[in-house]
Amino acid sequence: MAKIKYIEHNGKEHIVEVQNGLTVMEGAVQNDIPGIDADCGGSMSCATCHVYVKEDWYNKLPKKEMGEDDMLDQAYEPNSKSRLSCQIMVSDDLDGLTVHMPEKQI
Amino acid sequence: MIKTDVVIIGAGPTGLFCAHQLGIIGLKCEIVDNLDKIGGQCIELYPDKPIYDIPAVPECTGEELTNNLIEQIKPFNFKFHLNDRVQEVTSENESWIVKTTSGKKFHTPNVVIAGGVGSFEPRKFTTKSAEKFDGTSVLYSIKDKTIFKDKSVVIFGGGDSALDWAIELSNTSNVSLIHRRDEFRGVPASVKKIKELSEKNIIKLFTKYSIKDVKGNGSLEEVEIKSEDGESKILKADYVLGFFGLIMQLGPIAEWGLNLDKKVIPVNTENFETNKKGIFAIGDICTYPGKLKLILSGFHEGALAARGCFKYARPNEKYRFEFTTASNTIKDRLGVK
Repeated sequence: MAKIKYIEHNGKEHIVEVQNGLTVMEGAVQNDIPGIDADCGGSMSCATCHVYVKEDWYNKLPKKEMGEDDMLDQAYEPNSKSRLSCQIMVSDDLDGLTVHMPEKQI
Repeated sequence: MIKTDVVIIGAGPTGLFCAHQLGIIGLKCEIVDNLDKIGGQCIELYPDKPIYDIPAVPECTGEELTNNLIEQIKPFNFKFHLNDRVQEVTSENESWIVKTTSGKKFHTPNVVIAGGVGSFEPRKFTTKSAEKFDGTSVLYSIKDKTIFKDKSVVIFGGGDSALDWAIELSNTSNVSLIHRRDEFRGVPASVKKIKELSEKNIIKLFTKYSIKDVKGNGSLEEVEIKSEDGESKILKADYVLGFFGLIMQLGPIAEWGLNLDKKVIPVNTENFETNKKGIFAIGDICTYPGKLKLILSGFHEGALAARGCFKYARPNEKYRFEFTTASNTIKDRLGVK
């Protein structure tokens, strides 16, 4: 279980407990947190669960697998701290993770 | 005006199998899809990815699944309208008039929306100033490459479309290629070629840059790019091309008076009809309690929606349930003995 903080682009914060084994995307969708669309349902085939992860946490997360950056090319305003939240698996180690949502998902 | 029993919007697996079911029960249909090919997400997003949960097919790719579905509906000779998008659906005396962007018109008692998560549209620049030049000097696809001859063309993107066009246009234009990171997702041969052209100074390559602004008085003059740490550069530009892949947008479906739940359409589970009589929604675009976004669910939904279409297409006939193994009528329709 990990407490995860989702911050909407307008600054609104949502803190939820997400079970191990779910993804950060699922944690948002299951708790009706706006700002993550996840059109493809988590198959890394779209870029609508895009989040920004600040430096400290970004480096602690398991590295991106092949293909994630290719999808991120197609996200709304990606930068070097961008991740697809469907590719971040929740574990106890992620307790306290904060993710920032972009202005929109396209 | 094309008269038909059913217009199917979307040529993905769900739309294709629904067409099969319509053919089996003796109805005609016309299939419209915004993409230039049949197969929907299976072809556009994952033609090579194996799928493991099609009943009785242990493993197949999106492309194989599509080809088999096309083969399965061949006997019915249904017409496909590709590269076209349904724009308007309006009611007229218990029927629907369906209009497409290319100007085609259908008269039908039934519309089946099998549109996945919507239609595929090119992903555009998010820079506000790019809108002003959209379609004139800011482009997302190329219809006539001769317009770029001897011009300055700034291309954004890291996939095959961006690389292929950068290589092609570098023969006759002054090309700059801009991508947000060092790695490209195009095929290795193209990436190699781009690097060669860049070393020879034939293409100006800027990685780790993205668009900041486009400027011009009347016509486009220059484009400003920025790196992540805020450094910016100005490039002369007659044309700006963006190749960022496709996005799925609900598009005009949202304007047809259907109930919507976020981006999906609520339906009943008896025949997958929406709140509008004669408009059905199946596959990823529909929702109901327990909905699973699986291809196999789309098949089931399509089969039932087809029966739902029957009562409006043949109001004076009674639908009779038949098995393909036993019915001679069905065998006739399939052209088998």
